[in-house]
Amino acid sequence: MRIGIVCPYSWDVPGGVQFHIRDLAEHLIRLGHEVSVLAPADDETPLPPYVVSAGRAVPVPYNGSVARLNFGFLSAARVRRWLHDNAFDVVHIHEPTSPSLGLLTCWAAQGPIVATFHTSNPRSRAMIAAYPILQPALEKISARIAVSEYARRTLVEHLGGDAVVIPNGVDVDFFARAEPKKEWQGETLGFIGRIDEPRKGLPVLMKALPRILTERPGARLLVAGRGDEEEAVASLPREMRSRVEFLGMVSDEDKARLLRSVDVYVAPNTGGESFGIILVEAMSAGAPVLAADLDAFAQVLDQGGAGELFANEDADALADAAIRLLGDEERREELSTRGSAHVRRFDWSTVGADVLAVYETVTDGAAAVDTDERAGGLRARLGL
Amino acid sequence: MTQTLIWTVVALIVIGVYLSWTAGRLDRLHSRIDAARAALDAQLLRRASVTQELATSGVLDPAASIVLYEAAHAARQAEEDQREVAESELSQALRAVFGEPEQMELVREAPGGEEAAGELAQAVRRVPMARRFHNDAVRAARALRRHRTVRWLRLAGHAPFPLAFEMDDEPPVALADRPA
Repeated sequence: MRIGIVCPYSWDVPGGVQFHIRDLAEHLIRLGHEVSVLAPADDETPLPPYVVSAGRAVPVPYNGSVARLNFGFLSAARVRRWLHDNAFDVVHIHEPTSPSLGLLTCWAAQGPIVATFHTSNPRSRAMIAAYPILQPALEKISARIAVSEYARRTLVEHLGGDAVVIPNGVDVDFFARAEPKKEWQGETLGFIGRIDEPRKGLPVLMKALPRILTERPGARLLVAGRGDEEEAVASLPREMRSRVEFLGMVSDEDKARLLRSVDVYVAPNTGGESFGIILVEAMSAGAPVLAADLDAFAQVLDQGGAGELFANEDADALADAAIRLLGDEERREELSTRGSAHVRRFDWSTVGADVLAVYETVTDGAAAVDTDERAGGLRARLGL
Repeated sequence: MTQTLIWTVVALIVIGVYLSWTAGRLDRLHSRIDAARAALDAQLLRRASVTQELATSGVLDPAASIVLYEAAHAARQAEEDQREVAESELSQALRAVFGEPEQMELVREAPGGEEAAGELAQAVRRVPMARRFHNDAVRAARALRRHRTVRWLRLAGHAPFPLAFEMDDEPPVALADRPA
């Protein structure tokens, strides 16, 4: 099958959606499909052979932060050329509601279009205002995928219609086979995520930490992620600061080894998560997971069956659960076994088959994707 | 005078372009529904065929075979207005027969059973998928067709008002590897 995938965010900046697209593309290529990914990227960035650059993304303030997006006349022309040159059987757009390549592709293409909705933004005023503009483009999508039941609910609420749920994929064996590292073992708690992003929840963990470290004198916290380390530990008593180790940005291999080594992986995120890929990675590595009870997390953890949940933003509940887990090896074993079994459904072999089933459903008997001549055709008809 | 005339012409052109664009949107939505409906029909037919094959293969006990054969036959022969009911009954029959994982094991052990089980699992999981895509297209078309301009000017022409396909498509637990 000839598959075109559209990435809305800049390929130069690592992010969840970009990693998802990379893994999906590589999985499909391994199965023998022809895949081309259209993504914003700087000219100097080295790109994998299957990625086509749609030009440099422009940083603009959007949705409360600065996003790097692609829009405008030149980008639209590149999208049209990419569609026209490749004659895909199906085009798979990611995050079609962000004002970037995804939306441009929706606008310019006709034929089988599949779209994955990753985030579950609360309904914003901009979205309501943009609805009449978005609707004609979104109408062209033949199949919608939501990454979790939670994401599907918000999607149905905001845009109407329906979607199938296909979770994000993980290469389970990559994590399961990683070699644990000696110096990261022995009563360790793990945390991976941006240090300076409060939504990732490190402040909650820092509030819970003094009690955990007092009750478990041998315990340590390992933190992997970008951000200001001194500011992060500022709330801790001075003598405890040495028991928090910062590893900075880690490679994929080190991330897997870290997850294999820790006794408990803690995910204190306070919101804004629609899936929780890191929990799946932790379970793949056999790490017992302790996570905030966000909707999305509860779903990934099988409502508490495959990992422990604590009340969101409740540092005391987090401390209690962490102390209990660190002292109970049997329970940790149990969580690790259950997590490893539960996580198989997120392996690329399963997820990839589901995504392909969607492609096949929409391409059955349909013509290939082409540029939508109606948009340009009208101009041509009027002689412009 | 001429100025009024020019403005009237401009306004008429703008309205014309808008109407033509809306009609194009409707047309596209209707063809999307047709494609989605064809895909749904194909998946339903595939499911009924695999079920019938299994029912006549002799792998299952006679009682289960008859139940499955009856339901699959009824689903394939149903008139358009009875279709949703017949397909729902096939779902129920499948759930009743393949409710226990042991039954599925039995099928897999038979010669050629692995393939048949795989086909059935694929079919029962793709029906809900195709149905969601179809109903999503129907919803989009209905939203546009309820629009005042579309109703008053009859932009939809004689195309019938699209109807969602409502049925019970819950797959048997033993065949759905993943909870919904």
